Amino acid sequence: MTDLASNSAPRQTTERIAASLPRRYARDSRFRYYGLVAIGLALAFLVLLFVSIVSKGYSAFFQTEIRLLIEFDEDRLDPNGTRDPSVLAGADYGGLVKSSLRGLFPEAESRRDRKSLNRLMSSGAGFVLRDMVTNDPSLIGTAQEVWLPAAADIDMLIKGFIDRSKPASERRVNDKQIAWVDALQERDAIERHFNTRFFSAGDSREPELAGIWGAVVGSFYTLLVTILLAFPLGVMTAIYLEEFAPTNRWTDLIEVNINNLAAVPSIVFGLLGLAVFLNFFGLPRSAPLVGGMVLALMTLPTIIIAGRAALKAVPPSIREAALGVGASRLQVVTHHVLPLAMPGILTGAIIGTAQALGESAPLLMIGMVAFIVDVPTGPIDPATVLPVQIYLWADSPERAFVERTSAGIMVLIAFLVAMNLIAVVLRKKFERRW
Amino acid sequence: MAALEMTTPDAAGNRPPKFSTKNVNVFYGEKQALFDVELDIVENQVTSLIGPSGCGKSTYLRCLNRMNDVVEECRVDGSILLDGHNIYDRSVDVVQLRAEVGMVFQKPNPFPKSIFDNVAYGPRIHGLTSNRAELVELVESSLIRAGLYEEVKDRLDNPGTSLSGGQQQRLCIARAIAVQPEVILMDEPCSALDPIATARIEELIDELRENFTIIIVTHSMQQAARVSQRTAFFHLGKLVEVGDTEMIFTTPQDQRTQDYITGRFG
Ligand SMILES: Nc1ncnc2c1ncn2[C@@H]1O[C@H](COP(=O)(O)OP(=O)(O)OP(=O)(O)O)[C@@H](O)[C@H]1O
Ligand SMILES: [Mg+2]
Repeated sequence: MTDLASNSAPRQTTERIAASLPRRYARDSRFRYYGLVAIGLALAFLVLLFVSIVSKGYSAFFQTEIRLLIEFDEDRLDPNGTRDPSVLAGADYGGLVKSSLRGLFPEAESRRDRKSLNRLMSSGAGFVLRDMVTNDPSLIGTAQEVWLPAAADIDMLIKGFIDRSKPASERRVNDKQIAWVDALQERDAIERHFNTRFFSAGDSREPELAGIWGAVVGSFYTLLVTILLAFPLGVMTAIYLEEFAPTNRWTDLIEVNINNLAAVPSIVFGLLGLAVFLNFFGLPRSAPLVGGMVLALMTLPTIIIAGRAALKAVPPSIREAALGVGASRLQVVTHHVLPLAMPGILTGAIIGTAQALGESAPLLMIGMVAFIVDVPTGPIDPATVLPVQIYLWADSPERAFVERTSAGIMVLIAFLVAMNLIAVVLRKKFERRW
Repeated sequence: MAALEMTTPDAAGNRPPKFSTKNVNVFYGEKQALFDVELDIVENQVTSLIGPSGCGKSTYLRCLNRMNDVVEECRVDGSILLDGHNIYDRSVDVVQLRAEVGMVFQKPNPFPKSIFDNVAYGPRIHGLTSNRAELVELVESSLIRAGLYEEVKDRLDNPGTSLSGGQQQRLCIARAIAVQPEVILMDEPCSALDPIATARIEELIDELRENFTIIIVTHSMQQAARVSQRTAFFHLGKLVEVGDTEMIFTTPQDQRTQDYITGRFG
């Protein structure tokens, strides 16, 4: 103390500060360096993840198709000539495909060979023809060149996922099929085309016919219900708790419980949904409506907590200013506090719904894991959602589902990015200069 | 009947007080912040409240427009009469009260909206004007009376937060005036301002005195002496002395007042 009081004190202090400076700056730059390393690592993993998903999945966006000359034989499709839609829909289109193939490769005579030959084509090829004819019955009696989907195994062969050098017993296509495919390739009658079916169809047992659209629509309806329920409820709860509720033991209890709820494993919400929504209220199984309700329960605490934090961050001086000119408490909230808190509330809501989008466990409990072929047309049709669809495909043994799994993940990420973009646009709209 | 008597001039021709407070005790939870404050505020005068930090000036001021209502653990006892009516009465609407008793805060707190909307907010929520032209006129006259109009007339659409500190405070005064209150409470309105901006606001207060009753909390003796006609000295939650400003600053009755204004504590 006497030291400090003496005349030399200022100089000593400067010297001490000067001596400590290099150490402090070194610490600064070290910290910056650690930060860069952390960001670099995170980015590297992200890139790795994306590269692996895209490299595995992009091939699913293309599908091998074979060009066949199809004779729409009136005798076989509509023997009575009535053009009755039910007759047209029930005709044997698979037969047309088979005879066209036989015309291409007449050398396949034995039963076994014919069976292998027919296996070049997807079982969905007949459906394509059926749709063509029912849309345009005038095709009957003509002959058309049509691109039809090849079987998944042939698709894999063309995409190079089947090793030709392996002995025939160890691969899923035999030597004759390979020879036929090569012959088709020579004639340019087998090509990879953009896979529109993947983006327009529901699930299927046949990989080449399976599409993601059913799950996209299911996820859309589910999230719509989630947002419509959780956002207004969550925001109103946050406003009430933050702006109106008296602080007493009850509100403390509610607060603790909301925080606990945010930490409850999601599958528990699924069990709750099963017990309450399905068994007690008798709502339909596998429906996006119920899925959305369950996910809304799960998302609510996130929105409430984020909403309260955003409301708390609005400076009290704004509230006082509004009260001071005679605004009612509700006017203070709706005119001033809520608009200022909106960007923060939206961030919380988007984090919550993004979580809900990736959630599958609670949906398993309410039957959204079922195999559903039809694209849902409303929130009470049976449906599945993107993560569940991805899980189902990942669980399938066929090689062709591997690429579809990765492609499904890409669609899920695209969905997420689209959602975030909407949120960014909304935030920008609400943000004000301070 | 009692209320009626109070609003009419008494025999000596003295005007009745605008605010008349008696036995005001304020508690924050267990802690008592004001003890039996008894103070009358005269109409169309500037009354300044002085006293050391933490003595309860802001607390008293915030009782007058019931701003303490929002502080949850705060309890106010006693009678506070505005024009003879108890403002803590059940029948009194607090929104109505705050429209009659406006407030300007220590830190300028404009809304993050345009200058125009800042001033127009009060008239809008109270429906004071019936059309856009009237509203524009009211906003402009409020800005003129707050001495801000000349500086901002070309940029009424700019955010209020883009103004300088002194301009923001005058904007807040304009916002308070626009509601056409009878009383304006000011809690250290100049503490964040430089001497020039302070001088402007002091001038402004002097002009506003004609139409409004003003109560101002200040830490500056000079300011109290310059702007106010009456001064009240608070100490440790008690009202020690109140009287004409000149008298308080020249011949204080109480030793504590004497010590405070001569700078012996505070
Ligand atoms: N919200 C509150 N909760 C609890 N106690 C409070 C609260 N506001 C004020 N007090 C207490 O009441 C007393 C008076 O405070 P007040 O703000 O009225 O003082 P002041 O005279 O305005 O002081 P300053 O000149 O520093 O502004 C202080 O002791 C303070 O601690
Ligand atoms: Mg104060």
